[in-house]
Amino acid sequence: MTGEAATPAAQRSGPAVKLEHVSKSFDGRKVLDDVTFEIPAAKAFVLLGRSGTGKSVTLKHIIGLVQPDQGHVIVEGRDITQLDRRALSDIRKHMGFLFQNAALFDSMTVGDNVAFPMRRHTDLAEKEVRERAKQKLADVGLEREFDKMPADLSGGMKKRAGLARAMALDPSILLVDEPSAGLDPITASEIDDLLVQRKRGGTTLVVVTHNIPSARAIGDELALLHDGRIVARGTVEDLDRSDDPLVQAFMRSEGGG
Amino acid sequence: MHEHSLVDRVGAAVLSVLEFVGALATFGGRAIVDAFRPPFEVGEIVRHLYQFGMRSMPLILMSGFAIGVVLSMHTRATLARFGAEAMIPAGLAVALVRETGPLTAGLLVSGRVGAGIGAEIGAMRVTEQIDALEANAVDAFKFLAVTRVIACMIAMPLLTTMMNFAGIFGGYVAEAAVSGMSWQLYFERSFLYLAFSDLIPATLKTIVFGYLIAVVASYLGFTTSRGTEGVGEASTRSVVMASILIILSDVILVKIIFFFYPQVPA
Repeated sequence: MTGEAATPAAQRSGPAVKLEHVSKSFDGRKVLDDVTFEIPAAKAFVLLGRSGTGKSVTLKHIIGLVQPDQGHVIVEGRDITQLDRRALSDIRKHMGFLFQNAALFDSMTVGDNVAFPMRRHTDLAEKEVRERAKQKLADVGLEREFDKMPADLSGGMKKRAGLARAMALDPSILLVDEPSAGLDPITASEIDDLLVQRKRGGTTLVVVTHNIPSARAIGDELALLHDGRIVARGTVEDLDRSDDPLVQAFMRSEGGG
Repeated sequence: MHEHSLVDRVGAAVLSVLEFVGALATFGGRAIVDAFRPPFEVGEIVRHLYQFGMRSMPLILMSGFAIGVVLSMHTRATLARFGAEAMIPAGLAVALVRETGPLTAGLLVSGRVGAGIGAEIGAMRVTEQIDALEANAVDAFKFLAVTRVIACMIAMPLLTTMMNFAGIFGGYVAEAAVSGMSWQLYFERSFLYLAFSDLIPATLKTIVFGYLIAVVASYLGFTTSRGTEGVGEASTRSVVMASILIILSDVILVKIIFFFYPQVPA
């Protein structure tokens, strides 16, 4: 890789991400129960649901951080539950992940955090790496924070820096956990715009959010997770028309974060 | 019923210990295997070597000096009874190089470095930084654990050598204060009865100490749970367990050294 985007998602045939009958339990508690969905390339799939319903665990399945007890996770046509570490690592180079709490490396500056994937996985010269890292930070409004340590940032700034790091390699699949949590409405809207831009550029988005305005702005398809199962799925309009009380409660709530 | 539950509890405790030992051994074995597989993460190893080695130097040098002074005073008190004050430098050097230096260095490093490794990796676990490494297509085990194990194994014999020299110097200062012995004479007498078979195996055994410190602390860091409380516990347990393992392994290593280098009176 040289830092350019992986094969444009829109050019590939078949779904970018597919979960087939995925189930997962932790300490005897079923967190995901027979979850099945597929996400076409260059589309945005938004996972909604109350806290603790398995949304973040679903994202971690897609990048192979969690292995399912049952079922298959297929990413770019490959079943990642069957891959060895090296092959999984190769797939991950095409993916970006924004963690719920950003998970910035606290021993590195913000700039080094964003530069980290480029230094690891590209042959770019150091000067080029720094320039690209600065650009990624500028994309999320943090160009001035390049030399700061993560501990010196607010929660919202950490989140944006985490997003910049997730986008560092211009991934073909971007997994985003609560992108607007802790952000003011204007910044949240800017982040939404940035994600929509990425999607238009061919990136497949999988977004976990509680923020319904964000979900409406970003999502091509929305799914509602409840008790580990997908209880509703469709476009924004489909879910708006749903007469399921839970779906209605979600779609009518306009609260952020 | 009561007896049954007691047996159950003892059995569960034994199984838990065996499970822990098995997991730790697997972790340590994987560290050795992965150390020989690319990528070698040289930059991280050098960074940790600086952290563990250079930053431990003041502690090691000061402790070594103080131990040398104390050992010199004890040795003088003992040897003076037999009119063998001239043997003080040699006695102190042999005691330091063979056992006191390596063991003390090991215990000091387990306190300073082991606690740091346990806390740092533990904090990375609970804040999802380890997951973030994996998500960035980096082998977190190799990046975090293997590099620290290698750095610790390299740093330990170097720190032990420094401690030995600081101890000999401390012994000289104490001796010079009492008897006015010159540095040149003290140095010559220190090494009069010191053979390579005293120095090399005893120093090299600290490579094992370094391995144990880093493996135990990294394992406890990787398996941290329960937030900041878990991080503190990982740090404390790293020091306690590494110290115990250093002392226990020292018994075995000394036995092995004696097997290969039988101690014959000079």
